[in-house]
Amino acid sequence: MARTLLAIYPHRARRYDEMLADDGVVRPHWRKFYDHLDAVAPDQMRERLEFVDRRIQENGVTYNVYADPKGSDRPWALDPLPLIIPHDEWAGVAAAVAQRARLLNAILADLYGEQKLLSEGLLPPALVYGQHGYLWPCRGITPAGGVWLHNYAVDLARSPDGRWWAIGDRTQAPSGAGYALENRLIVARVFPEMFSELRVQHLADFFRDQQDGLAALAPTERDEQPHIVLLTPGPYNETYFEHAYLARYLGFPLVEGHDLTVRGETVYLKTLRGLQRVHVILRRQDDSYCDPLELRGDSAIGVPGLLNVVRAGRVVVANALGSGLLASGALMGFLPGICRMLLGEELAMPSVATWWCGEKPALDYVREHFDDLVIKAAYPSQRMDPVFGYELKGEARADMLLRIAARPHAYVAQELVELSQAPGWSRSHERRLLARPVGLRAYAVTTPAGYSVMPGGLARVATGINARIISMQRGGSSKDVWVLTEGPVSEFTMLKPSLGVRDLVRAGANLTSRVVENLFWLGRYSERFDDSARMLRVALSRVVEAGGQRTPAVESAMELAVHLGILPGEDEDGEIREGSEHALLEAIYDPDHPGSLASNIHSVMWSATHVRERLSLDHWHSLNRLQREQQAALKRHPTLTEAIAFLDRVLGVSSSLTGFAMDNMTRDDGWRFLIIGRRLERLSFLAQAMASFLRMPSTRGPGALEWLLELADSIITYRSRYSRPPELLPVLDLLIFDDSNPHGVIFQARVLSRYLERMERELDATSDGKLPDALRRLRAFDLGRFEHLQFSECRNCSPCADLAALLEELDTASGELSDWLAMRYFTHVSDVSRQTMAL
Amino acid sequence: MVRPPLRYHVLHETRYDYGGSVSLSQQQLHLAPRALAWQQVEEQRIDIDPPPAWRRDGHDAFGNPVTWIAFHAPHDRLFIRSAMTIAVTPYRPEQIEKSLPWEMVRGRLAYDAAAPRQDDLDALRFLFESAHVRIKHELADYAADCFPPGAPVLVGAQALMAKIFRELKFDPEATTVSTPVMEVLEKKRGVCQDFAHLMIACLRACGLAARYVSGYLVTRPPPGKPRLVGADASHAWVSVYAPGFANGWVDFDPTNNLLPDTEHITVAIGRDFGDISPLRGIILGGRGHEPEVAVTVTPLDETELPAPAGGSEKRQKTLTIRP
Repeated sequence: MARTLLAIYPHRARRYDEMLADDGVVRPHWRKFYDHLDAVAPDQMRERLEFVDRRIQENGVTYNVYADPKGSDRPWALDPLPLIIPHDEWAGVAAAVAQRARLLNAILADLYGEQKLLSEGLLPPALVYGQHGYLWPCRGITPAGGVWLHNYAVDLARSPDGRWWAIGDRTQAPSGAGYALENRLIVARVFPEMFSELRVQHLADFFRDQQDGLAALAPTERDEQPHIVLLTPGPYNETYFEHAYLARYLGFPLVEGHDLTVRGETVYLKTLRGLQRVHVILRRQDDSYCDPLELRGDSAIGVPGLLNVVRAGRVVVANALGSGLLASGALMGFLPGICRMLLGEELAMPSVATWWCGEKPALDYVREHFDDLVIKAAYPSQRMDPVFGYELKGEARADMLLRIAARPHAYVAQELVELSQAPGWSRSHERRLLARPVGLRAYAVTTPAGYSVMPGGLARVATGINARIISMQRGGSSKDVWVLTEGPVSEFTMLKPSLGVRDLVRAGANLTSRVVENLFWLGRYSERFDDSARMLRVALSRVVEAGGQRTPAVESAMELAVHLGILPGEDEDGEIREGSEHALLEAIYDPDHPGSLASNIHSVMWSATHVRERLSLDHWHSLNRLQREQQAALKRHPTLTEAIAFLDRVLGVSSSLTGFAMDNMTRDDGWRFLIIGRRLERLSFLAQAMASFLRMPSTRGPGALEWLLELADSIITYRSRYSRPPELLPVLDLLIFDDSNPHGVIFQARVLSRYLERMERELDATSDGKLPDALRRLRAFDLGRFEHLQFSECRNCSPCADLAALLEELDTASGELSDWLAMRYFTHVSDVSRQTMAL
Repeated sequence: MVRPPLRYHVLHETRYDYGGSVSLSQQQLHLAPRALAWQQVEEQRIDIDPPPAWRRDGHDAFGNPVTWIAFHAPHDRLFIRSAMTIAVTPYRPEQIEKSLPWEMVRGRLAYDAAAPRQDDLDALRFLFESAHVRIKHELADYAADCFPPGAPVLVGAQALMAKIFRELKFDPEATTVSTPVMEVLEKKRGVCQDFAHLMIACLRACGLAARYVSGYLVTRPPPGKPRLVGADASHAWVSVYAPGFANGWVDFDPTNNLLPDTEHITVAIGRDFGDISPLRGIILGGRGHEPEVAVTVTPLDETELPAPAGGSEKRQKTLTIRP
């Protein structure tokens, strides 16, 4: 029998221990769980830890665009042991959190309305007017239902005597509820028996309350269904994972500012099928960035004119614009008095003792007790890390005191909080519990019946046993929070065990214009990447075959690559460059050369990032590997043979991407745009390449027709049809006119026309483009004109020139088509709004 | 002695030539003048070409009239004409040395957990940092010699105004609308907006409340020359809180070193330029052309205009400067 887990669990008298009572005995509500842990075999526990890691990684891969490009990981880790809280204790915490949410909402209502708190002296004006977070343009606006604070989070800590204290309010766009949900879905599967035996309250009711609460406030008209969207600053935000995760769970479209547009007093979602009115915006971006017209003019992620829609009562923004103000720690000391006045109640949960230096007596206290306090910024907009008084010595201390004296109202001091500790599972030992300081973030959402508090939350765990600050950015981890119940556990779940006919989702009719545009560009870039790799492989192979000789085939292949912009044509002095090996390697590996393969890999990655959730992990990894390989090669001068091997791998990845698109992606409008992008790019490439080929004198030499077939990936077809060396007429037929050849010109144009016709029918649009005409004229070309032509002799002959002109016409038409698609379906998404100012 | 009001007609025209098609545009206009105890708005209208798809009129949080307009169809130019007839009653206060000592004003604005007086509370809106007015201790240092102990607040403000006027050079090339106050202090150059922002920042750094006022200045053509249409410009100055004195607020024009009386026409009042910029917009498309702005202020009773106040030398300066 192994020794018990408690044998080496550190028990500290000066902290409250969540699991152990003062006498070292396991608390009753932990008993079952502790016994279970004590009995689990090390192997089994290891398997469970692996399960946790795998799930987190899979989720990250599904949702988090950060998951890979730069290798940066998820912001935090999960310890599988939950924080367990008994029912009666939680009832008190939940009531206090709900009261606090009610109080903060009442404060916002007052500060953006009557301002009794200021006129009666209950709150210093500096904490309102002195904050950039007080948004003046929002003054006087009353949001639907009188609700400013739709989502609220509060950070709680337990002091050594077992009481819970509020140490920070989150009123802007509280994060973490999605992580709490993710943690729950994982941990409930790690300890399934314990989860049901202990009767842990489910979280689904809370999220349903959030949905219902927002829907109830939606300013719908007649028979409109509430249309609620989740607004994210985009994939580069550090909590984007959570935005995507929650949006999917709640069933709200995930949108960015560019997806929304204001027309008059209505805000709409731009979709492929037109504008759709939005009633509620659940925002995860800071309020000052939400409307560049009236708030921060430099915001590129906002929705110009949104504030006027809010004024007109035509949209609910949750939380209301301007609510970030209350995240100031300086407010805490004033809450008891305000609570009595606004709610006529005593504040149920104390805040950590806080001194706002803007008051003379408080400032004096802070000076005298500097070592016992932590100094923080009074306003959330200040960028300042908390500073521990006892850590500041000498000059640093004098400097801090000086700064406080100069602007006392900008600083608050808080008592040092001794966090409680909870057991965590050691990763580095076979079988060991660690004691780690924990804090709890609790969540509340508005409902027509008042605030609903999540039965649970996000427990945050500090790295070291003596840590005083919990920060996920500094390597902390998180825990699930198990709130036990005495009654029956609600069976409601948002993850339906089985779906009915009504739940069926078919290919998205709600695609936003931005997503479609990104798919279109992914199609274009991945084809471009394929084309340039093929062209470079053709040229490089000729160079290697010729063993350093400038054979006619080398000359002509290099010349075409220059024509197509794949090889740099001129050096810095504007001289035509000798087609050197160096230039070829540069065109492969140098990301700074605009047409290079390296820059194309970058473009593919960039556009793939924006449609991350539609690609498989394998593709992501293979793209990544290519980029890493290319970066490594930059430093160590690869040989030509290595470069050819690299190009082979590039083409392998490219063909698997294509196969994936054809075989695995659902055939919705987004997919159609991806394919249109691909065909358009290939059409343009082939038309340009063929036209240049026909016009360039150098292609009349030996070997050119062979590499042309290779360039169009048609050499096998040619050989199987004609068992003789390539001749111009059959090559042209195969590469241009044969509409069964997927690498032929007419094939691209025909497929493209077919998709466009279908889209025009379904999306009710007419392109009046020149593509069909150009295609018709090309088809009418009489190939018989080449019948008796000696290609090696011809110089500027009229069949070659005429055919080249037709191909160029087709290329121009494809360019115009691309522009038209952007105008019609993406509505200037590539265009960025800008601010104008006149005196 | 009661002096009669002076009446003016103001034409403020803004013309954008976008140099390309603008498909969506939204604009916020602070062009309509506000009524004040000493300023009566007899007539006022705003004409817009092309006609906007949507328009809403209202008031901002500081009580200024504001108009929002939106365009949903492609257009390549925008013309906005704001026309008004205004009567300004002389309002320059006498005996500013009778205003409260500045420390007393500062004391009234400091928080002491008691209910503040309503006028102090209103003034508190203009005491703190705002987007264009950062508060640094260097600014308090700069103003220190203007506010010796016990100095009446308006006398101190006048000394500060004179100091800024003396030390700053009017230079339209030196700054832009977003030049920070600290840079203005360092360069000692700028336009009326910079003069006003610097003075406001200094006053707030001293614990005093100060507002930013936008409007127009009546300029006079040189003797014998006709008034040039569009030669005037919008102007900006400062208003200082002096409780119990005059209207509670007294205007100072640091660009011209004078206390406005009947030749300053107020359009809007805010914490700084950002609250009340005349025309602020977001456009999609176009190619970034600077707007052309023309302001013409015409005295309606030209003959009744009193002789220029203040020293003639200083007045001369107001004729040639652009705010």
